[in-house]
Order: sequence, then structure tokens, then C-alpha cells
Amino acid sequence: MRITSFKGGVHPPDNKKATASLPIVDAKLPERVVIPMSMHIGAPAKPVVGVGDAVKKGQKIGEAQGAVSVPVHASISGKVIAVGNFPSPMGADAQAVVIESDGKDEWADDLTGHEDYLSLNPDVLRNIIKEAGIVGMGGATFPAHVKLSPPKEKKIKYAILNGAECEPYLTADARLMEEIPGDIIEGLKIIMTILRVTDGFVGIEDNKKAAIKAMTAEAGKVACELVVDTYYERDGIQYDVPKGCRMGVRVVPLPVKYPQGSEKQLIKAVTGLEVPPGHLPMDVGAVVQNVATAAAIYQAVRFGRPLIERVLTVTGPGINEPKNLRVRIGTLFEDIISQCGGINRKAAKVVMGGPMMGVAQASLGVPVIKGASGIVALSEKEAVNVMDFGPCIRCGRCIDVCPMGLNPSVLGQLIEKGRFEEAKEYGLMDCFECGSCSFVCPSGRPMVQFIKWAKRELAKKKAKAS
Amino acid sequence: MDTEKNPQEAGLFRASVGPHISSGESVPHIMWTVSAALMPAAGLSVYYFGLRALLILVVSMVSSVAFEALTQKLTGAKITAGDGSALLTGLLLGMNLPASVPFYLPIIGSAVAIIITKQLFGGLGYNIFNPALIGRAFLMASFPRFMTTWLVPHGSLSLARPDAVTGATPLGILKEEGYDKLLSHFAGRHDMYVQLLLGHRGGAMGETGVIALLFGAAYLLYKGYITWHIPVTFIATVAVLTAVFGGDPWLAILSGGLVLGAFFMATDYVTVPQLKKAQVAFGLGCGIITVLIRLEGGYPEGVCYAILLMNCFTPLLDRAFKAKKFGEAPVK
Repeated sequence: MRITSFKGGVHPPDNKKATASLPIVDAKLPERVVIPMSMHIGAPAKPVVGVGDAVKKGQKIGEAQGAVSVPVHASISGKVIAVGNFPSPMGADAQAVVIESDGKDEWADDLTGHEDYLSLNPDVLRNIIKEAGIVGMGGATFPAHVKLSPPKEKKIKYAILNGAECEPYLTADARLMEEIPGDIIEGLKIIMTILRVTDGFVGIEDNKKAAIKAMTAEAGKVACELVVDTYYERDGIQYDVPKGCRMGVRVVPLPVKYPQGSEKQLIKAVTGLEVPPGHLPMDVGAVVQNVATAAAIYQAVRFGRPLIERVLTVTGPGINEPKNLRVRIGTLFEDIISQCGGINRKAAKVVMGGPMMGVAQASLGVPVIKGASGIVALSEKEAVNVMDFGPCIRCGRCIDVCPMGLNPSVLGQLIEKGRFEEAKEYGLMDCFECGSCSFVCPSGRPMVQFIKWAKRELAKKKAKAS
Repeated sequence: MDTEKNPQEAGLFRASVGPHISSGESVPHIMWTVSAALMPAAGLSVYYFGLRALLILVVSMVSSVAFEALTQKLTGAKITAGDGSALLTGLLLGMNLPASVPFYLPIIGSAVAIIITKQLFGGLGYNIFNPALIGRAFLMASFPRFMTTWLVPHGSLSLARPDAVTGATPLGILKEEGYDKLLSHFAGRHDMYVQLLLGHRGGAMGETGVIALLFGAAYLLYKGYITWHIPVTFIATVAVLTAVFGGDPWLAILSGGLVLGAFFMATDYVTVPQLKKAQVAFGLGCGIITVLIRLEGGYPEGVCYAILLMNCFTPLLDRAFKAKKFGEAPVK
């Protein structure tokens, strides 16, 4: 297959060396966790426990509210000591349940798995995934079951796993693919069963040779028989595939370029198809999930375990002993960093996620959430200071690197003058805020901030008008 | 935490929207790099025209930076005169002058370039016209005698204003006396090309030494500071049109300020289109206007006015050629 990469993109120094070869280790059981009710896109969950309640690991502590929402679970066993507003890594304080550990780390009793999981009805599987609180773990945190429920008229042909991990510094996904490729591939098979597709793909950036090797070996074992009827389309002709046919999974090495792991850019690399502006991946027949999400789906379906822990990379010049850690959701950053030799004086900026799209944290008293792929402590030298930005000199570097083919230079200048509607005409809404434009800008212009602001102002205006 | 607390641990980390890292490219670095790329040509002109040439360049650069700082101080703007952009304007203006001009000319030119063309329009990034070229055009209109008196290369170290050894530019001779007469100054056509390439001729400081300009331009292209779109289209258009109208295309490229203009002035980020297709159209327009002026106009050379005229069209061109958005074209 010929890989057609997208136009644009940047090559930041990858800085993955510190953790790329470090096996994942389990973090110490936290004494206390702060579990926010909103760790996903959509309506926040509603607490179903109160202060004083005893909870066990995996027990539901927050109920999903509406279709685009997921429940939240206790990540340790112990006692609820507070329900209220606490600092969240997403910015403003948010409702959270605080649990104090009883040190026993006991699973809830009612968690049941399924050994014969590929023969389950897709609707049953979707419900297990929703009830397990699974969201996109690459950072987007969109509820996984919603993505796996395309409308009937959308024919899905490609189930794609995202193992690109194109953000600098992060190695959590790469380590998962090396260490538990089996879980990931089983998760993909569950996704394929739900979507009734026979072609599965795993996209991995070409600089992760060990992950590609491990995943390719595991994908080679996939020759399981479909237990439900499905179909596929080739050259405009639809072929019905009765149960008993074979599924196949292919590992696709991707060009090393940021943002290769962006959904639309990944789909283009794997299928050659471009998702049109304003459309969703399902419009070209593709559904993408992160590799860590796939592993979580397997854990949920096979063993009945909800999403209560995740692997993240704790790294950067500000961290004394960088590590890949498996951490309970709700563990505070400071508790994690203290297990990594502590933070040092070089740290100027602490980011949840990668340095390109991650969220900077003012304090370390915030909890790990489902979408936290890393904690990166950047040094003063590498961390940009947005206060210093100058005028646009129209050099066009941002146009060259924009993966969406937009003109960030014009967008920035329009937004600076408050001309949001015109910015919309220039493709404001197509921007997914990868930050490549700001990365290359010689004037240090904060294009992503401009764009986020303009989108918010337009949303406010729309809300007012309706 | 039981570790010794440092100021950051008290919750003083910087928070902002991403990206949190950058490529490290900066406006001063770009300006200094382009200035550095002009150094071989500047050096060659000093070699040909003597220390006086060096002094003209220095006066031009210093006055440009001074005018920028002064205007910014008077208008209460943030003083950014040290960002290399005014320095580059001064250098380019100086290279557009003959080495024989009186010292007050680069000062007047810098004032027009920096105060009127750049700062009054809002400073860096907001000017419509190339400041150095407006400075040159102003001087051309106001002091035509000084601006069209060309030194013959002599390599003198004297700082006195030489008035004895002057000569016309190759394009001037071509315009007034014709191709054969021009050729008679050289030992044949081949010799003419070589002499022009090496810059051994009359002209503005930056017009001579085409080979040194190309050396600097190659560096900027290699480093990605400029792209081929405008310069190559510009020069190719001039060559082709000149040939179509019966002229000597090689002479058209090597004489006058085409190489300086195409690689160093028509690539000024602020005043030319951003989109590649629009840049090709810009180069095409520059080429057509240059040839029109050279063949039909009153001046022997038209590069300066061609670029300035096309500067007017920059916003229109950028709007006419919209870039293709991701996913916009129908999927094959």
C-alpha cells in the first residue's frame, strides 16, 4: 500500500529517548484520589455516592447524563471523604469525588467479564464499553461508544487504531504496543465486530520500530472468523460477507511528522481518503480509536473492568527520573512526580499531554484524568512565552505547515481585529488546533489561542441568537 | 512532598494555550540571515568601488535603524529597531545607490523608507510597499543627476567624492546607443557576459557582482528563507519576453538590478503574496512590467518600479488564489 501523507506538518525534536525503552511500571497505590465527574467530552457525570460511603475499585461513582456522556468509577477501594469542586487539569474547578484508600485495593463484586466476547451482539458490546466509562485516551476524550455507533446509513469500511503518538516526549502508547500488543489487537477485533468490518488497521509512526514489530507479529495471528454477517465495498460494489469469513488486521507504518496522529491525517495516510471540511471520519467510512482505548475496551469486555487506570509518560527536563507509569485515575500530579524523583528547578511549565497540544498546569495539585497521556515538565529554554509575540510578517511559514490547508496568518490577523465571522470564511472551524502554525511562527504569534477564542466568541453569539 | 520546595512547587508554573514549544525561528534571525546573504555582494561592491561604497552602506544602515528608533519613540510604540529589519532595509537601500552619491542621499532615502513607507503604515508587517525601493524611487525622482551618475569600478580607497571617472550602465548604453555599441565595450559577447557576471561595470552597488548575489540567494534558497516561486518566475519572464522582442536574454538577466530585485526585494515577506500560486503570478507581473519599462519606458531599468507596482496587487493576488483546504477536492 502506498502511504499518502498529508501536506504540511512540522518536525519538532521528538525527545522520546528518555523513556522510549523504559518498561511500564505500576505507580504506587495512591492514598487518596480526586476523580472529576467530567473527564470526557459531553455532559458531566452525576455523583451517585455520598460522603462516608465505602466504595470498591471499579464501582460506579458517577452516572452518565445523556447519550454523549460516560459513567465514572472508583479507581481505588476506600471511603468517600468529599464530593465537591476541586482543581481540574482542564482549567476551572470541577465537581469531583474524593476517595481515601483503605489500602486493600479490592475490586467491586459485580464485575463480570465475557470469555466468548466476539460472539456478543454489537449493542451489548457498545453498552459494556459505555458502562466501563471508556473515552478516547489519546487526549480527545470523546466517549468511545458514541464513535462506535454510526448511524445505519453510514457504511463503515475501515476500523483504524491510532498508534502514531506524534507528540514529542510521549512514549506511553509505544510502550503499550510493545508490551501488550495482544490486548490492543483483541480490542480492535471487538471494535471490528461492533462495526461489522473485516479490514482493521493500526497506524504507527515509522520511528517506533519495536512497536511496529510487536504489533505486526500480533496482527499476523488475527484470522478469526466473523461470527456475524457483514459487508465490504470495493470499487463501488458492495459485497456481503457472511459469518465465517476472516478478519484481517494490517499494521501501517506512517511517515514521521507532526500531527500524523490527528484523526483526519491518519485516515488519509491509511486509506488515502480525505474527510471533507465539516464532515466526520464516518462520512468516508472510517472509525478511529487510540491504541490505549482499544486495550481498555478489551479489559472492559473480557474482564468487566471499567477504565480506572491508564499509562502515561512522566518526562521532560524538569523531571528527575522520567518514567512510563500505570496510574490510577484521580492520582494527583504531585504524587506521581514524587515517584519520578521529584521535579527540579529546570521546570518552567508542566503540561498534561504532549508539548504541542497538551494543557499547561499552574499547579501540581490536579488529578490524572482519562485523557492524560503524559506529564511533561518543560524547561525555561524550550517553553515558549506567549507574552512576547510580535506582528505577522506574512512569511507564510504557517501556511506551509498547516495540515488542513488553511491560512493561519490571515486567521490570526482577522481574529486580532475581532473579525470572527470573516475568520469563519477562512476556515476557522476546520482548524483542530494542532499548533503547527505557532510552532513555526518567527513572531511567536499565539494562533491556537486566537482560534480557540474566536470559536468561543462565535459559540456565545450563536447561543445568544437562539 | 518532603523534598525541598522551590518557587515552582509553590504553584508558580506558567500556564498558557499550546503549543508549548517552538521551532526557535525569530524575526531578528531571519533579518540577520538575509543581511548576511547580502554580504558577498556588498563586499564585492566595496572591492570595486572602494571604501566610499562601504561608507555609503554604513550611513544607510545606521540612519535606517536610527529613524526606526526615533519614530517608535515619538509614537510611543515598542522600540524594535534592533530586530534587524530596519538594518536590512538600510542595507538594501544602500545597495540600490551608486557609490558616488553624496552622503546625505542615503540619509534622506532612509527617512522616506523607514518613516513614511514603513512606520506611518503601522511598522513591521503592515507596510504595503517595499521600503527600500520607495526610498530609491524617491531619490531617483528628486536627485536624478546623482542617481544616474555611475562610477566605473576603480577600487580606490579614497573617501572623496569622485567625479572624473564616471560611466553609463550597460542598460543605459543599450537604451541610448544600442546593442552593437554596448558590445563594442567588450571583447565579444562571451566576454560581456563574464564581465557582467563578475560585476566589472558601472551601476548601483548591488547591481554589480551578480555572481556574489547568486551565491547569497542560493544560501537563502537552501535554508528555506526564500522559495523559487517569485525570483525564478520573475527572471524567466524577463528573459523570455526580452528574447521574444528580439533582445539578448542573457544580457537582460545579467545587467541592471534584476538579480538583486528578484532574489532580495521581490521576496520581502511583508509586501509580496503569501500563497505560492499568487507568488508565481506576482513574479510574472514583475517580469512583464520590467521588460515594458526597459523596452518602452523612459528609464533604462524597470525592476524597482515593477516590484513597487506589483506590491499594490499583493492583497488582490492573495485573495484570487485560495489555497486548497484539506479534504476540499473530490476524492479520486
